[in-house]
Amino acid sequence: MTETFVSIPALLARNAVQYADKTAYREKEFGIWQSWSWSETAGEIEALALGLIDLGLQPGEHVALLGRNRPALYWAMVAVQCAGAVPVPLYHDAAAEEVAYALDHCGAVFVIAADQEQVDKVADIASGLPRLRQTVYLDGRGLRRYDHTALTSYADIQERGRGAKDRLGGELKSRRDALGYDDTCVMLYTSGTTGRPKGVVLSNRNIVESSRNSAQFDRLTRDEEVLAYLPIAWVGDFIFSIGQAYWTGFCVNCPESPETMMTDLREIGPTYYFAPPRVFETQLTSVMIRMEDATWGKKWLFDRCMALARKVGPAILDGRPVGMADKLAYRLGELLIYGPLKNTLGLSRVRVGYTAGEAIGPELFDFYRGLGINLKQLYGQTEASVFITQQPDNEVRSDTVGVPSPGVELRIDDGGEVYYRSPGSFVEYYKNPESTASTKDAEGWVATGDAGFIEEESGHLRIIDRAKDVGKLSDGRMFAPKYVENKLKFYPSILEAVVFGAGRDTCCAFLNIDLTAVGNWAERNNIAYGSYQELSQHPRVLEAMRDHVREVNESVSADPMLSGCQVSRFLVLHKQLDADDGELTRTQKVRRRIIEEKYGDLIDALYGGQDEISTETEVTYEDGRRGKIRARLNIQDAEIFPAEQRIAAQ
Amino acid sequence: MTGPGMSAGARGRSDVRDSLDHEVTADGRKIGGVLMDMRSITLRFGGVEAIKNISFDIREGEIRAIIGPNGAGKSSMLNVISGFYVPQEGEVWFRGSRRPPMKPYQVARQGIARTFQNIALFEGMSVLDNVMTGRLTQMKTGMAAQALWWGKAQREEVENRARVEQIIDFLEIQHIRKTPVGRLPYGLKKRVELARALAADPMLLLLDEPMAGMNVEEKEDMSRFILDVNDEFGTTIALIEHDMGVVMDLSDRVVVMDYGRKIGDGTPAEVRSNQDVIDAYLGVSHD
Repeated sequence: MTETFVSIPALLARNAVQYADKTAYREKEFGIWQSWSWSETAGEIEALALGLIDLGLQPGEHVALLGRNRPALYWAMVAVQCAGAVPVPLYHDAAAEEVAYALDHCGAVFVIAADQEQVDKVADIASGLPRLRQTVYLDGRGLRRYDHTALTSYADIQERGRGAKDRLGGELKSRRDALGYDDTCVMLYTSGTTGRPKGVVLSNRNIVESSRNSAQFDRLTRDEEVLAYLPIAWVGDFIFSIGQAYWTGFCVNCPESPETMMTDLREIGPTYYFAPPRVFETQLTSVMIRMEDATWGKKWLFDRCMALARKVGPAILDGRPVGMADKLAYRLGELLIYGPLKNTLGLSRVRVGYTAGEAIGPELFDFYRGLGINLKQLYGQTEASVFITQQPDNEVRSDTVGVPSPGVELRIDDGGEVYYRSPGSFVEYYKNPESTASTKDAEGWVATGDAGFIEEESGHLRIIDRAKDVGKLSDGRMFAPKYVENKLKFYPSILEAVVFGAGRDTCCAFLNIDLTAVGNWAERNNIAYGSYQELSQHPRVLEAMRDHVREVNESVSADPMLSGCQVSRFLVLHKQLDADDGELTRTQKVRRRIIEEKYGDLIDALYGGQDEISTETEVTYEDGRRGKIRARLNIQDAEIFPAEQRIAAQ
Repeated sequence: MTGPGMSAGARGRSDVRDSLDHEVTADGRKIGGVLMDMRSITLRFGGVEAIKNISFDIREGEIRAIIGPNGAGKSSMLNVISGFYVPQEGEVWFRGSRRPPMKPYQVARQGIARTFQNIALFEGMSVLDNVMTGRLTQMKTGMAAQALWWGKAQREEVENRARVEQIIDFLEIQHIRKTPVGRLPYGLKKRVELARALAADPMLLLLDEPMAGMNVEEKEDMSRFILDVNDEFGTTIALIEHDMGVVMDLSDRVVVMDYGRKIGDGTPAEVRSNQDVIDAYLGVSHD
């Protein structure tokens, strides 16, 4: 069966016949959900593909896409494939230099941009990109007076394509038919926690087989509804909103605007949902903040119900036996609290939910599972076409990332690094054979760069940290910063944490407060503050942070292998770590080297025993301007616990 | 989504628009004939002469600013344009004929809409309902039919709602569509007020200090919306503003007032080099 569908365009042709009238895409516009059936989708894609061929697009060329999740951009990716070319979706919030690097590296001939903001970005860098021939825009607002010699509207290209159907229809068909299983399906730039982004080449085989395997794993059907809201440049979005959608024929819904995401989520009620832990955390924080303001009766009921949900909810979800009284009480809770709450969160209909990208806090995880939402973890990366391991239903825990996905082989090397081999393993890094060779060996084993181990009793994989970040303290004890940072970040008031310690005798940390949570706490406790900076250095905030660090130290001390990672001193940063300042990747991962360089003075102060330090930091504002902020930061000492006595006893 | 007629416009108009402006090239907007002509307007409150014999015109499709220091008579001028004040002397000509004294709603029917310096929205109503009130002048069915939401009234509401949704989309306030206005921050309220004024599909849009009390980012957003409204809908805009920088970037022509007199009139560049204007803004030393 698989061999007949060797590309996304082949799947499209099938869906256009088999699911002709079924809704394929929805987008909320002008306050109404507009929808397109599979046959209409096929028509839109064909028109655009013909138009692109008419504009001179050749097989094998690259076309970049810049914008948020919109049906037209998803169609464009498939239209580019139909024309034999390669789509390269980019992060819509990437800075002009980042876009310039990618466009130059892949030699993109067209850019399909969502709006004026993206067109401006391309215009700024176009002079350095001799191969770029045309920019295509979706939303023409504000562009009326631009020079249109190398600028065309999406609608005009489709119009042109429709007009050229007789002339170019044969050409389009032969290009589509020529697509092979090992031809490139898509190229995605990795966010790159270190160095330049790399262009990951994924073949039709990678995408189609990963989509098929994962759809079967979770028994996804054509009746699923998903909300496409994560960046189109991210491999997960490509698999969910294109790969699996085309394989199963399910419907992809695009929000009206990023700000309306929560409302749109509620209106659509997805059955299959993916979110990084950060999104779940934000949702939980907003629920908790609202409950703080509720009347005591409601709050009492909520607290009772949530205590019960934590106790028996996950067991009921997994179908494990639960006492009769609890079962009845849980049912009542479903009626009074869980049901309405899930509805408010937009998660009433979720059958399969995934979180990945970062470790998720056990409490956060249990909160959602307690409500009866089948939230699971998966572990994956761009190079694997997402899936490496995932948790089967009823085998869900917060500290593992599951068993190997269908078709995936796992291996742990002597240094503890995780390797995999799968049908989804990438073809190569574009124009970068050295990196390809150092990541993927001749037998097809790919290094993940993560350190982990497979639990013997369950067969589940556990990830400790990035392999390159796992180091040693000066006395030889193991140093795994991520392990500690995750524990810190599980507190709602801590948004981000960075732990240092490699090659030193103790560990120190930077913390970022979560303005929503801490700001609300300050309001309720009558603590006045004028700015983020002031709030971050407030004595009572520091006191709360010291308590959190102490609790984390206590829990870290329980792990004999990692007890050296306790945080002895820390400070709360005066600014939020930000991708615009290069401190985080676009997927919100900490870039250690850059932070270490930029805040060298603060690290010296932490290790130098000072009580406070004055510092000056350059920041980049949203519109690209730069400025400096000055601050005086307090440095805190934290309590250290002796390593568990277990070792001594043994 | 793409607008009609996206062809490259004729160059030009750099004579009118200031060279600082980033859109001088390939400018396709058309400035038409005189839409509103203020002829020798004098307005008195008792013994106080708020406006002293001022004449200027507003041409179709342009962005016209009225600036001046505090108490210069700018708001009075705007109220004369909107028909709220009737000047003791002088004539207001609108679309080629002299406008007799009118009630504000009659002025609104003529195609003039405005926003207010200190925001006049219905705080308890949602953003959507507030913007819908801007469509009132377009609705023709009676109260009974609307209350029953029957036949023509229903059709009418659907049509008007569609237009309102376009404006909501245009001003990027979808996320607060159902939020009561009272709960919104100041900058957003200003945008909602602009939305309501636009909902009337005005020929002439009057903005009373649209940037007052805003931070730099909000000002930039508002400027972009004003330019886009002018560009996409072809709406003629007259605005009063305090912030000189904003005015100079935004407008085609500027009237400068001081103590009820007109002391300058022309393109931003002309006004900026006018000695009277410099004196009024920077003060003169009397030595």
